[in-house]
Amino acid sequence: MVEFDVVELDEAAHPEEGDMAPDFTRPLVNDEYWADVALSELTGEGPVALVFHPMDGAFPATYIWNELRDRDLDAHDVTVVGLSISSPYEHKTLIDERGLADRDVRFFSDPANGVAAEYGIVNDLDGMTGISEPRPATFVVDEDRTVEYAWVASEWPAFPEYDEFEAAVERVA
Amino acid sequence: MSEPAITLYRLQACPYCERVVRKLHEYDLAYRSRFVEPMHSDRDVVKRHSGVRTVPVIVDGHTGVTMAESANIVEYLDATYGEADAASAAADATVAGEGS
Repeated sequence: MVEFDVVELDEAAHPEEGDMAPDFTRPLVNDEYWADVALSELTGEGPVALVFHPMDGAFPATYIWNELRDRDLDAHDVTVVGLSISSPYEHKTLIDERGLADRDVRFFSDPANGVAAEYGIVNDLDGMTGISEPRPATFVVDEDRTVEYAWVASEWPAFPEYDEFEAAVERVA
Repeated sequence: MSEPAITLYRLQACPYCERVVRKLHEYDLAYRSRFVEPMHSDRDVVKRHSGVRTVPVIVDGHTGVTMAESANIVEYLDATYGEADAASAAADATVAGEGS
């Protein structure tokens, strides 16, 4: 880790384990098209691993998706979805550049950052006036939309607790 | 949330697609939009459904019709959901040409 203090974030009032994950509908992007999809539609088919990540093109987005791809998170019986403020066009680029086109990973597009507001995890970006994005966060949500696992960054920058997240996915899958 | 029977493959800001959207609204038809690539060559999903890579393409689960070309689609929607005899129009539409 770095030898200086990173930015501590205020405590987030996010959904905790056992809470109901807020439902939302946003364009969900795959390698071929995007269409409005509700989180509850995805959970209706099985558990969902939901990854809030910094905007596409920022290096944390690159690192996070390289890591989750290399861990084959999508090989488990869960639906793996990312969410950032990036547009569907940028998500398509991310899918291509991270080698996710033939993987079972899709991305919600939320430029207005409303889902992060619902989840209590808005991160205002210093030096980018008018832009906020979700703070890095990972959730595992079961078929009833109950949160089985929650991790939300408490400092910035931060990366997911990959081992914990993967273990939580294995528990529900 | 039940899946609408009609799927519209469309390109953002494509006037031919908007023309079909206006018609779907006119007849108050529920539909789901699937937005595709600006790059023609990347639209394999559209080709799999319709045989062409042009949009708009409509897939109508009510009638089993899949159709490209906005003029054809508008004509089909008028015939199927407009004033005309809906049942026979739908049957005719399935054999209507796909256009260029």
